[in-house]
Amino acid sequence: MRSMFRSILLLLALVCSSAQAQLSIEITGGGANQIPIGVLRFAGEQVLSQNISDIVEADLQRSGRFRMLFAGNVEPLPTEMAQVNFTDWKSRSADALVIGSVVRLADGRFEARFRLFDVPKQTQIGGVAFTMNAQQVRTTAHRIADLIYEKLTGDRGVFSTRIAYVVKQGSRFELQIADADGVGAQTALASREPIMSPAWSPDGTRLAYVSFENKKPVVYVHSLVSGQRQAVANFKGSNSAPAWSSDGKQLAVVLSKDGGSQIYLIGADGSSPRRITNSASIDTEPFFSPDGQSIYFTSDRGGSPQIYRMGVGGGEATRVTFDGSYNVSPRISSDGKTLVYIAREGGRFQLKSFDLASRQTQALTDGQHDESPSFAPNGKMILYATQSNNRGSLAAVSIDARVKQRLSVQAADVREPAWGPFFNN
Amino acid sequence: MKNLLSFVAVAALLAGCSGTPTLEKAGVEDRTPSTSVPTQPGISTVTPVGPKGDQVPNELKDPNNVLSKRSIFYDYDKYDVKDEYKPLVQAHARYLAQHRDAKILIQGNCDERGSREYNIALGQKRADGVKKILQLMGVQESQMESVSLGEEKPRCTENTEACYSQNRRSDVLYRGEY
Repeated sequence: MRSMFRSILLLLALVCSSAQAQLSIEITGGGANQIPIGVLRFAGEQVLSQNISDIVEADLQRSGRFRMLFAGNVEPLPTEMAQVNFTDWKSRSADALVIGSVVRLADGRFEARFRLFDVPKQTQIGGVAFTMNAQQVRTTAHRIADLIYEKLTGDRGVFSTRIAYVVKQGSRFELQIADADGVGAQTALASREPIMSPAWSPDGTRLAYVSFENKKPVVYVHSLVSGQRQAVANFKGSNSAPAWSSDGKQLAVVLSKDGGSQIYLIGADGSSPRRITNSASIDTEPFFSPDGQSIYFTSDRGGSPQIYRMGVGGGEATRVTFDGSYNVSPRISSDGKTLVYIAREGGRFQLKSFDLASRQTQALTDGQHDESPSFAPNGKMILYATQSNNRGSLAAVSIDARVKQRLSVQAADVREPAWGPFFNN
Repeated sequence: MKNLLSFVAVAALLAGCSGTPTLEKAGVEDRTPSTSVPTQPGISTVTPVGPKGDQVPNELKDPNNVLSKRSIFYDYDKYDVKDEYKPLVQAHARYLAQHRDAKILIQGNCDERGSREYNIALGQKRADGVKKILQLMGVQESQMESVSLGEEKPRCTENTEACYSQNRRSDVLYRGEY
């Protein structure tokens, strides 16, 4: 667990009471300029069902942006700055150090406190005390990891976010939701017909997806709060490829009701569909730019599938990709600067990034069947579906292609990942 | 969250600038982690709709009758109905024109290569192509629905061309069969 620079396998099933198969995560490769950091055990954390320090450390390690220093054998554990042996940590080239403590409160809840230090400067650069109940240990640990990550990298952490994906086991399909580290998977929907294209509403309370339970693709919106689901696009023909507008009020969907696959805007409740593409070609895979002004999409209007951009109201489209004969599945980073997409090259389908300002293209993966990319809300990682041993699994790659993770579920086919938004609380 | 973070940042910065080691509680902000995630209600399980139980006339099932042939196969990335399948489509057109109460579902399918959503659109193009020919031969719009299953319901699941070619397909289903 505390080993450095090596691929690690987190057998997270151990920490979850759920009987479901858990995603396990394998990390390969490390980022450039990793920050050397020590995460000490939190004094008193053994009163909890899990060590907060273990979860924080695993989160930071998984991001690929930290080099974890061995932090065992420190006795007694410091809980205040004055107790930290900075000379020792300096000699071990630590840039940052995390200490913490956990105490049980009179009302049965717990207080978990951490402090983050800049070791060379010997100053505290962060610290929060959380009051939590026994069920909030993991949530609290992810929050702490988020705060440390943001303080040290300048980017917002995504350890508290969640991911959705589809698991196929035999003839059973399940839409599942798990924490970003793959733990705590819960099933939102189970069906004997395929489920695809899950998309998170911007506030993280709803998922839009395509289900084949009516023998054809129909778009549903599913509330994760109430469990209620509603068919929002169920027209004659096929209904697919839902994408949320940034205000969460509208969906772009692809309908074939008027002939051919064309892009429409509809209310998130299925109201007033309005067609926004008018071609005799395939127009599909709409994706809103973060400013809500444009829609990126895939079209074969130029003879081969390529990525285009148009205004949100429709109208003239501009071609975005030119190299190659198959460029599909456009997704835009939350800062609007980077496009990622799937390109076919020599029969292989791989993830590529395209810097919209410099127009530089970079290959991010080298798989055979990579598909369905989804940005982390901070834009630093991309989750996607890949294949290994003839089975679907999920993988993630950093935007600079240096950090790679593989997420797999024992004996099941996993596909169609969607990384959820930040929670605003 | 953002505001709180900036607050922590500023507080931490001030604490850092002062250069004095913080003592008990100083520099540590109190917070309660909200549950952060909507609580998950139970699993919604959906039961797919099955065939409605309508009787399918025997002539559509008789292996010696061309009407029992229901599949049209395609080349990679293509959606045009090849000449060899024209007699099959013509036979169904004749049947449907003579039986105005008969209804069909045309399901377009793709092999598993490429984007799932793009394959929905490609399968739709295949099913629409069959529908258009039937329409030109006098079948009424109200008798037909063309839909796509993309690559989601493969007939064959190996990574071989023989298998892929089985999956690039439109199927004609009569009411009672879907």
